[in-house]
Amino acid sequence: MYHKTLPYRIFSIFNYAFLAIISVLCVLPMLHLFMVSLSSQAPANAGLVKLWPIGFTLEAYTKTFGNANFLSSLWVSVERTVLGTALAMVVNTAAAYALSKEAHTFRARNIYMWYFVITMLFTGGLIPSYILILKLGLINTLAALILPGLVGVYNVILLLNFFRAVPKDLEEAAFMDGAGYLRSFISIYLPISLPAIATVSLFIMVGHWNAYFDGLIYIKESENLPLASFMQTIIVQADMTKFDPSLVANLSQRTIRASQIFIGALPILMVYPFLQRFFVKGIVIGAVKE
Amino acid sequence: MDMNTTQQTALNTGSHKMTKRSNKPTWILHLMVLPAAILVFIFSYLPMSGIVMAFQDYKAALGITGSPWVGLKHFQYMFQNEYFLQITWNTLFFACSKIVMNLLIPFIFALLLNEVRHMGFKRSIQTFVYLPHFLSWVTLGGILIDMLAQTGIINQFLTSIFGTKPIFFLGDGFWFRLTIIFSDVWKEFGFNTIIFLAALAGINPALYEAAEVDGASRFKQTLYITIPSLIPITIVVATLALGNVLNANFDQIFNLYNPLIYQQGDIIDTFVYREGLLTGQFSFGTAVSLFKSVISLILIVVSYRLAYKFAGYRIF
Repeated sequence: MYHKTLPYRIFSIFNYAFLAIISVLCVLPMLHLFMVSLSSQAPANAGLVKLWPIGFTLEAYTKTFGNANFLSSLWVSVERTVLGTALAMVVNTAAAYALSKEAHTFRARNIYMWYFVITMLFTGGLIPSYILILKLGLINTLAALILPGLVGVYNVILLLNFFRAVPKDLEEAAFMDGAGYLRSFISIYLPISLPAIATVSLFIMVGHWNAYFDGLIYIKESENLPLASFMQTIIVQADMTKFDPSLVANLSQRTIRASQIFIGALPILMVYPFLQRFFVKGIVIGAVKE
Repeated sequence: MDMNTTQQTALNTGSHKMTKRSNKPTWILHLMVLPAAILVFIFSYLPMSGIVMAFQDYKAALGITGSPWVGLKHFQYMFQNEYFLQITWNTLFFACSKIVMNLLIPFIFALLLNEVRHMGFKRSIQTFVYLPHFLSWVTLGGILIDMLAQTGIINQFLTSIFGTKPIFFLGDGFWFRLTIIFSDVWKEFGFNTIIFLAALAGINPALYEAAEVDGASRFKQTLYITIPSLIPITIVVATLALGNVLNANFDQIFNLYNPLIYQQGDIIDTFVYREGLLTGQFSFGTAVSLFKSVISLILIVVSYRLAYKFAGYRIF
């Protein structure tokens, strides 16, 4: 019983303390930011705020939500996340179901598989993609933010592996009763894979919410800019030229910057416990390794 | 549909052996793949054809079909350009440092976490260390720029403890490189432990019981059972990482860099964005990113072959 020996006990104490410190270090920056956002401007600007708000006020939040640019960007992000996720799930689950069939039932399966996987290995790159969006006339549209990344080949493979794990007998029974592939997909595969579908949806949602680069290059009008791109421009690049100066002037104050970052990260903070549980179970790893 | 079914049935009865093969018409399966196939064609395959721009002097007015061909001009220019060699080196440096650190630290962290017997404590630690992985580099860029500023909390802390002068983390080449590697490890180490924890869970407990009977200390058990059990998965992860040696993480660099440290901080991807897209040198930019894509493709194929050969790893 090694864990009752003295050297191991001493090691354990240090180990627990070390792990606790490391894990606190992982959340400290977010906590510090949150405290800055809850503080008054003067102490925040003077760098006095550490891990507790000084001169507690919600002013930063009222100002952030009072900003028309911020609100329109927030709405664009909600739109792209909801629409983009819904469309992606319809397209990806349908493709994954078809591709989950063995090559001897669905002969073209392997051809399709390679057709999709090649795009994981090689891409045209940034500039040809930009020219394509330009030529399609999608600049400044929501479609430019949703369509290019709609088919996530990795997600299709993930879903496909889940569908493969569904017992074949269920489908055979449905076929006996006269159901077709589409019926089997909707009535058997989708309901039975609900946990997997929920998880992949969450991934796509997080991806959409965090995506900033497409907005940066495809969206030229400030009111169509998604929130992540808006924050990238205002906070990270500190570039106010795209906006009406009178409207965004106070957005660069430290407490308001902090409140924007916190609001931007809030949806992620709310869903990640669900995502991480999924990983801890090792389902993804198991699914990918087959 | 009816006709199709009868034809297939006829075929099936005609064959010698009734296989278990379903005789359902498969056109519906084609139809289900179709939307994805079309989208991939438009947004992945069409841009691939756009790489011919790398061999042209692309002019927007003339388009891809009308622009003059210039052969390997852009590639020649690229290899003679000292700055290109610098950013290639930067890319390799960042990517390789991150690959090594992101294997080593999670490996050690998983070993330490494995010694935690209190499940609640273990789960809390995991929840905490996974958090940064889910935050975007825009969020983290905003936080880090604030925290690493001359008057930011980190410089305040260092000044009060060590009495040092404020460090210009994002404005000095050396400190920038350190910040990039450190912040990437900070963001990803927790998440990267998952794969090791999964491997640890798969170790046969009988091995430990036998070692216990033989009087092996926990340290010896770790040395002779735990670590050897983690070697195969470590080799797989390291091999697969080979495909990433030219991926230094655009999002991270882009959200943290500035003109002061381009010499030490600029990477191929950020260069393509700035010099290719922003300044409108479309053909040159495409040539640079084509160079990167081709090398990456070769590395990915090689790494997957190796992983399959050594560990039987398959992605699908």
